[in-house]
This record gives sequence, C-alpha cells and structure tokens, in this order.
Amino acid sequence: MSQELAIDVRGLVKRFGSKTAVDGVDIQMPRGEVWGFLGPNGSGKTTTIRMICGLLRASEGEGQCLGYDIRSEADRIKSKTGYMTQKFSFWSDMTIRENIEFVARLYRLPHTRKVVDETLDKLGLTHRQHQLAGALSGGWKQRMALAAVTMHDPQLLLLDEPTAGVDPQARREFWDEIHELSLQGMTVLVSTHYMDEAERCDRIVYLANGHKIVEGTVSDVIDRSGLVTFRGEGPDVRHLAKQLKGQPGLDHVAYFGAALHVSGEDREKIRSVLDAHSGHDVAWQEVRPSLEDAFIALMAEAGEDTREHA
Amino acid sequence: MTQRVAPLFRMWAVFLKETVQMRRDRLTFAIMFGMPIIQLILFGYAINLNPKHLPAALLVEEQTPIVRTLVQSLESSDYYDFVLQTADPMESSDLLARGEVTFVVSFPAGFTRELVRGERPQILIEADASDPAAASGAVSQAQQVLERALRHDIKGPLAQFGRAPPAFELVVHQKYNPEAKTSYNIVPGLLGVILTMTLVMITSIAMTREVEQGTMENLLAMPARPAEVMLGKILPYVAVGAGQTALILIAARVLFDVPFAGAFWILLLGVSVFVIANLSLGFTFSTIAGSQMQAMQLTFFYFLPSMLLSGFMFPFRGMPAWAQTLGEVLPLTHFLRIVRGVMLKDASLAQLQSPLLALCAFTLVVMTVAMVRYRRTLD
Ligand SMILES: Nc1ncnc2c1ncn2[C@@H]1O[C@H](COP(=O)(O)OP(=O)(O)OP(=O)(O)O)[C@@H](O)[C@H]1O
Ligand SMILES: [Mg+2]
Repeated sequence: MSQELAIDVRGLVKRFGSKTAVDGVDIQMPRGEVWGFLGPNGSGKTTTIRMICGLLRASEGEGQCLGYDIRSEADRIKSKTGYMTQKFSFWSDMTIRENIEFVARLYRLPHTRKVVDETLDKLGLTHRQHQLAGALSGGWKQRMALAAVTMHDPQLLLLDEPTAGVDPQARREFWDEIHELSLQGMTVLVSTHYMDEAERCDRIVYLANGHKIVEGTVSDVIDRSGLVTFRGEGPDVRHLAKQLKGQPGLDHVAYFGAALHVSGEDREKIRSVLDAHSGHDVAWQEVRPSLEDAFIALMAEAGEDTREHA
Repeated sequence: MTQRVAPLFRMWAVFLKETVQMRRDRLTFAIMFGMPIIQLILFGYAINLNPKHLPAALLVEEQTPIVRTLVQSLESSDYYDFVLQTADPMESSDLLARGEVTFVVSFPAGFTRELVRGERPQILIEADASDPAAASGAVSQAQQVLERALRHDIKGPLAQFGRAPPAFELVVHQKYNPEAKTSYNIVPGLLGVILTMTLVMITSIAMTREVEQGTMENLLAMPARPAEVMLGKILPYVAVGAGQTALILIAARVLFDVPFAGAFWILLLGVSVFVIANLSLGFTFSTIAGSQMQAMQLTFFYFLPSMLLSGFMFPFRGMPAWAQTLGEVLPLTHFLRIVRGVMLKDASLAQLQSPLLALCAFTLVVMTVAMVRYRRTLD
C-alpha cells in the first residue's frame, strides 16, 4: 500500500537531550498532492521534515518515504527527494552557476552544461549567473534554491518555509511553480506561516508543541475548530474592540482590515455580548470563520508549550 | 557612584559569560592546558643538543683483546650504542644509508698487529652527517676516549702504546654532507614541515566550515557519500602540495645549493604519499572539531610534536626512547627519512620501504577514523 503514499510515517518522536521537539506525529500523504505544514514557531515542522528525509534520526517511530525506510534507506530517499531548507544553505562564496552546477553534478545529471543553462534560463538568472549566490536578495535566493532542489526531477519536494521574506508577486509565482511541479507528478509538502498559502493546499497538517493537532482540507480544519465568527463593520469598531476583549464567550477579538472579527464557540453567548454593546455604530453579521480564526483558536486550544525545556 | 562602577559590572558580566563559554568549549580548554604541559615535557626532556647513546654499527675484521677494549671504551663513553657487529662492510653501510645507525666504526684487519709494531693503524668512523648536530658530539669525543683507553686500560707490556703520540690514527668520514652544512639537513626537512603545517590546516576546516556556514544541511540532503566528500575535499590540495614541493625544491637548489643525490621519482612517490597522509589527517580533524577555531587549534596542537619529535629540529636518534616511539607515529618523521635519504644519501626504494609503508599505514588509519566520525545526519 505504501507505494501509493509518498510519506507514510507513524509515531515520529524527536528528542534533543531532555527536550521533545516532535512528539508522536503520524503523516500519511498520498503521491501527487500538495500539502501545507503549519504550526507556530518551534512547533516541530522543520524537525519533522528533517526526519522524513533522513537528516535527523528519529528517536522513536518508523515509516517510509517514497517506499524507503526512513531509518535505513536515507541515501535512496535523498536521491529522489528535493529538500529546500528553511535557512538558505547554498554556498554564498560560489556563484549562482557554480552552485547549480555543483547540484547537477552531485545528482549526476547527464549533459550538465545543458541542464544548468536551461535551469538558469528558466530562473531568469542567466545574465547574473556569475554573481556570488550570497549577493542575491532574499527572494532570489529562494528562487535559486527551488530551482536547485527540483533540478534532478525528484518525486517528493519538501519545502521548508520557501516563501519567507518573498514579495507578494514573487510569492504568487512561486506557488504557480509549485502547482506546475505538482501537475508534473511531484508530491509537495510545504511548511508555511501564510494563510493564503495554506488555502492553496490540498490538505493541511497543523502542528503545535510537537503534536499534530488537526489534519484535513481547509474547510475541514475550519469546521473542526467549532468556531462561530461575527464580523463587525462601522466607524466605531476601534472603540468597541477594547471593550469586547476578554468578555465571557468571546475567545478572540481581532482586526481584519477595517473590520472586527469576534469568535467563540457559543453563538448565543456571542450574540448576548454584542447586544449588550449595541450602543455603538457597528453592523454585525455572522460569517464563516477564516482559516486564521481557526488557527488562532487551535493555537489557544493547544495551550502553553508543555514540552520540557533543556 | 553607580555610574563609576558600571564599567566594572559590565566587565564582570562579560568575564562570567566568557568563563561559562570557555568551560563549555571542552576541546579548547583541553588544548589550552595540554599545550604548555606538552611543551614543557618536550623542551625539558626530549630535546637533547648533545645527543648520546646514538646507534652505531661495528665493522671488525678481527677480534683481539685490544680491539675489544677500544670498543668497550667507546661504548662506556655513552655516545655510542653498538647495535650490530659485523664483518660485512655492505651490511654496515646499508644501515647507515637507511639511517638506522648514525655511525659505523671500523677496525681493519691487522689492526692489532700494526698497533704492536707502532705503525699507527687507522680506526675509521663513518658518521651520518646528513644531520650534523647528531654526529658532532660523538665524533669529537672519539679521539680522546680511544686515547684514554689505550693509556689506562691496557697494562703490562702493551702499556707503551698508550703514550703520546697516539699509536693509532682516527679517520672520520662525514658522509652525505661532508661540510656538515646544517642547511643540507634543514632545507629538505623544511619541505616536510611546511607541507605538514599548511595541508593539515587547510583541510582541517573542510567540514567545520560547512557546519558553521549552514551549508552542511544542504550537503547532507544531497546524495553525497562520506568517502566522496572526503576525497573531493582532499584532492584539490594535492595539487597545492605539488606546487609547494616544486617551490621548495627549487629554493633548495638555487638558494641553498642543497645537492640532490638520489632518484627524483622516489622523492615524488614519497611526497605524494606524505601529502595525502597530511590532508587526510586534516580532514579527520575537521570531523572531530566543532568549529573552525577548534580545527585550527587541533592543527597547531599536532604541529608542535611534529616539529620537535620528528627529527626536524633535533636529532631523532639522540632523543630518549619514549620520544622516539612517539616520533615514529608522526608522518613527518618518516617523510624526513625519505626526503633526506633521497636528496642526501641516494637511498634506493628498498632502503626507503619502511618509511613509505609507515606513511601508507598512517593514511589508512586516519581515513578510517574520518569515515567513522563523519556526520551523516544533523544530530
Ligand atoms: N538541533 C537541535 N537541538 C536542540 N533543540 C532543537 C534542535 N532543533 C530544533 N530544536 C528544538 O525543537 C523545537 C522544534 O523546532 P523546529 O525547528 O522543528 O520548529 P519549527 O516548527 O520548524 O519552527 P519555525 O516555524 O520557527 O521554523 C524547537 O523548540 C527547537 O528549539
Ligand atoms: Mg522551521
């Protein structure tokens, strides 16, 4: 069965000394899909990805990646996986071309010269190929990294916050590229903190404190959160926000542009609070909770980081 | 008041922070204390500028009480340790060429008879002067020691031979470096020293630099095997080593007039093995050290005994046994035997077999350690 699954891991645990960074994560990800990997800082996303591609030895748990055992067949996994690290990890003291060439040679791609030329061309970096990679701007570094890790046509792409620090236009192009790669048959697991990116994924895995909290489509996740959200618009929302915060029944009060979202689990309780503050010039309307509302609720539910700190 | 002591508090804070960090960095800590201890031991005990107990071969073609007395006197002078007695001049000169003995003392056939007749027979001391410092003390003492032996130890009817002028003629052959020029000894040695220092240093940061620059994660995520990474990182520097060698050999010729007695290809073979030995050692350091700084310190830590115990600075055979044993472990020791052997003594491949094999063995061991230590994962 595992041939159908690109990633099939169970009970992954990673301890660093006395600290448990990842605590019993299961992921069963079918081939050909694009999944989003979300969770607050330090929730264990990077650590999980590293265990999947054999860069970290799991303290507990087992599984396969592309049908290969994550413990004993890391070399095979590496040759069929493209892993883009969270921090830029190409060689700053080598030129863009030299970096790409190095990767092409390590994967022993035939016709190195041609492949490298094509890659640079597709990237649009041909005219800057002799610049040091370290001199690229943040966004361009990310694009170069994506090009480098996809050059060997991997079956699985693991992208760790690939769009951090990338401008909106470039971000959109980045995602177009991801969907393009997915159409070609690549399986893609992307970690991100952006809600709009999460909404572009087939499914979402949400991690908090090293535990998997939810997994599902965007609407699954919103439903699972059990939230009710009211949206208020009007000139007085700013005054009202202060008064509403902390009222019983209102779990979160947050601005969405000029509007105010108040969310909670009990529709009637929210209504009664809003009625009690009806003196203001604000129009209230129940809306479907956004993914962000859901995540904030999930984060609050997950509570304090209870993992032991070394 | 608080204003004036603020710098003190900040200094104290930094002091505490540095203390904590220093204690965390075990390796640096160990080196900081290990270095002076080792220096003290080496300078205090191992180095001997008037080396005694140097290995010598005895070439005697006759066995008489007088010859035995004279040999005895050389031995009890503490300068000569006769490790072999032979009647075959081939055997003794081969030992000298290999550097296993520093002297060959020969008593020719008919020595005793000529002495009795007052014909002043010769005693020949051939000294390995490729290292002038080693031989000089022992050679300068020989005349006196032998004369005194004839004067005091020989009693009875033969006692007259102990009187001046000496009844024998001491002939000293300073072989391989007749003018006893120290540069002949130092310059070829310097080739080994420079290769050791630079090559070990350069590869010692091979992996630590990847770790420090954050590129290790990328390298590990790609399908590069440890041995591939090691060799890939070592090989470019073989060319560097070749360039350094050429430079030093040219300088030896042009600036110092050092002769080149032997076969160039044997030296080339020796240099190649030695360069690879040093590069692998550096790479191994880089798999042990946690940072580039530590790698540099390890290199320095290694460099010190290489200079002092290899026979570069001080005569190898003049060191105490334990220091010689330590020295045998160092590649530089073996390389010095090769380079001095080829350049000054025209040594043959067969004569240099054991240092060459020692270098190969060292390289193998060190590479094995590197492979065991190489990080395949990030933890
Ligand atoms: N090598 C390590 N040694 C010790 N602790 C580590 C190590 N790597 C990660 N951790 C800890 O494990 C936890 C999870 O880290 P991880 O990097 O996986 O989080 P993340 O979800 O990727 O966070 P972010 O969104 O900030 O990238 C953190 O608390 C981190 O401090
Ligand atoms: Mg991360």
